[in-house]
Amino acid sequence: MKRHLISAADLTRDDALLVLDTAEEMARVADRPIKKLPTLRGRTVVNLFFEDSTRTRISFEAAAKRLSADVINFSAKGSSVSKGESLKDTALTLEAMGADAVVIRHHASGAPHRLATSGWINGSVVNAGDGTHEHPTQALLDAFTMRRHLAGAPDGGPTHHRGPGDGTGRDLAGRRITIVGDVLHSRVARSNVLLLNTLGAEVTLVAPPTLLPIGVETWPCEVSYGLDPVLAKTDAVMMLRVQSERMNAAFFPTEREYARRYGLDGARMAALPPHAIVMHPGPMNRGMEITAEVADSGRCTVVEQVANGVSVRMAVLYLLLGGNEPAVTTTHSSPTTALNRDAARRSDDFEENDNR
Amino acid sequence: MTKILIRGAKVLGGEQQDVLIDGETVREVGTGLNAEGATVVEAEGRILLPGLVDLHTHLREPGREDSETVLTGTRAAAAGGYTAVHAMANTFPVADTAGVVEQVWRLGKESGYCDVQPVGAVTVGLEGKQLAELGAMAESAAAVRVFSDDGKCVDDAVIMRRALEYVKAFDGVVAQHAQEPRLTEGAQMNEGLVSGELGLCGWPAVAEESIIARDLLLAAHVGSRVHICHLSTAGSVELVRWAKSKGWNVTAEVTPHHLLLTDELVRSYNPVYKVNPPLRTEADVTALREALADGTIDCVATDHAPHPHEDKDCEWAAAAMGMIGLETALSVVQHTMVDTGLLDWAGVADRMSFRPAVIGRLHGHGRPIAAGEPANLTLVDPQYRGVVNPAGFASRSRNTPYEGLELPGRVTATFLRGKATVMDGKLA
Repeated sequence: MKRHLISAADLTRDDALLVLDTAEEMARVADRPIKKLPTLRGRTVVNLFFEDSTRTRISFEAAAKRLSADVINFSAKGSSVSKGESLKDTALTLEAMGADAVVIRHHASGAPHRLATSGWINGSVVNAGDGTHEHPTQALLDAFTMRRHLAGAPDGGPTHHRGPGDGTGRDLAGRRITIVGDVLHSRVARSNVLLLNTLGAEVTLVAPPTLLPIGVETWPCEVSYGLDPVLAKTDAVMMLRVQSERMNAAFFPTEREYARRYGLDGARMAALPPHAIVMHPGPMNRGMEITAEVADSGRCTVVEQVANGVSVRMAVLYLLLGGNEPAVTTTHSSPTTALNRDAARRSDDFEENDNR
Repeated sequence: MTKILIRGAKVLGGEQQDVLIDGETVREVGTGLNAEGATVVEAEGRILLPGLVDLHTHLREPGREDSETVLTGTRAAAAGGYTAVHAMANTFPVADTAGVVEQVWRLGKESGYCDVQPVGAVTVGLEGKQLAELGAMAESAAAVRVFSDDGKCVDDAVIMRRALEYVKAFDGVVAQHAQEPRLTEGAQMNEGLVSGELGLCGWPAVAEESIIARDLLLAAHVGSRVHICHLSTAGSVELVRWAKSKGWNVTAEVTPHHLLLTDELVRSYNPVYKVNPPLRTEADVTALREALADGTIDCVATDHAPHPHEDKDCEWAAAAMGMIGLETALSVVQHTMVDTGLLDWAGVADRMSFRPAVIGRLHGHGRPIAAGEPANLTLVDPQYRGVVNPAGFASRSRNTPYEGLELPGRVTATFLRGKATVMDGKLA
């Protein structure tokens, strides 16, 4: 793995599988009564959020805390950033405080890339969503969720989600993933196309032509202007959030027309193969891109995606930061062993605490 | 009077000749000229060009002296081989009155490094609503002939039509920054494959081309001349070629950076590559080079746009648009046009001195190198190869996209009316 996670394209197939498999290990920890590992004890993870994002921030926060890292939440609101402090000065401040990793959410595409390459900080940079560019941990948690459902059976085939560990070691070769909605402005779509392609899946983007970027025909995916023709050939359909403000810029005429042409309702869900799942990165616009009937159905994985997000982000932080731990380096190529060792240390820690 | 003998230079890249400067004038051009009483500049292997003329320079004074002043900007110009620059109007206050253009003109005179010809704003405050007092600026001591709202497009068709017509009274020209504003709201880079991947809001070629098409038709309709600033797309080249084939009075410029760099560089998210109009594609670069070679594009103009470090040391979206270019323009042109065989040195003289001087109606610049002409001259060492190091720039700013790049050619001497502003590659 590279030192930073800026783009889903930073991950080779082996890297991506390492993250997903490590995330399965992390998910097992989450099923234990004590959900904490000492792996990143003494390390500092800063959540640097220039944009509102409750779910991503708390997901990273939970992930870092379960690894025993010290977490500093730095949000643009109520901080010196709102007084006009530059990204550079903010970064230098965090560096002075000894941040080992900076998880950054920024409204400007490329801001995490700048942070990682400008020399302002030495720690690892994790992109938690930049502008309309990328959101690689979202793509990882989506792939994690897909793998459990679509490659989780003993023969590697589709199954209803059975439990932690399902699909470990497998990629998504041949799985047909349909991503629907505002691709033009979606960092989730960009990261998913890249990662899913790396994992061997076949991706189809569905959107009105106005919400597809120029040059999308060169992306490693198919494109369709209509949703209905692709439903029967879909193993997972991912509905992107569509902001109604886009309507004002004439990307589509009305919310109702959008919902009619591109929204997922019960009838369309019925056209999916029986094993297919419905995904959404959240927050959902019920009634816009997805009806309540679909959102609340058993095929919708939204809540599961949130839980998986914590496991995947634990894996990312562990692999970016934990690799430097002396206790881990001897078993560098085998995170499972390292984790078990950490788990053992964890129980010791808690015994000490109990005695105190 | 000071006499200078430039000995053995290839005049416009042709035969080796001696050029004798006497005072402010070229006295004699020939071989074996008498050096008596003259300072001799040995120039064997060097190319002698007429002093370069830039139609498009941002000197930033008044208002943004933190990025450039008339003095530092004209020193940069001299170092780059220029003897005249047109100072764009987007200063603070805007150069939309006789008072401001005269101030800039006077600062240029005081600098002594390079003539400064102010460009007047077309509309008050560059706001595109109301014509500035174009006549007053034309009649001022600055004798403005080029008018431009550069940085902003004169997008209102009626205002543009009136401006084109009005400046005919004093042989002026409107230099249009062609950018349809609605198509470029929030635009960050060229719209294409790269913008789609990077998730940066696109600046489509059609936003430039639609305005150029309209303005060519307007200029033809009212019988005016129009100049297109920093033309950047293959489609724009086709439009200008078509207008010229009809005999319409249109001229166009291209920047050095659009002759060399492409939007692939934006993948670094390094704001040093952020510029307006944006870096385009390889196909555009090829079309621009060909158009400059065949004369469809009349001249090279730097669009030298200095910015303080903090305005580039940030995330892409927050960064200012623009790059400096005066001190690297000739090297980039040699690299992209001469060393590729597209243009000879006489062609360089034409595109970087003769034609821009004619478009700007500058007297005393862009003249042949001949007896009796003003001694505005630039001596170039075309054999030189060097890595661009902005630390040595005369400009107050450092926002060059060429840092670390090896480029050919170096200005070894510049003469402004017989006075050396650069000698032995160093500012006098």
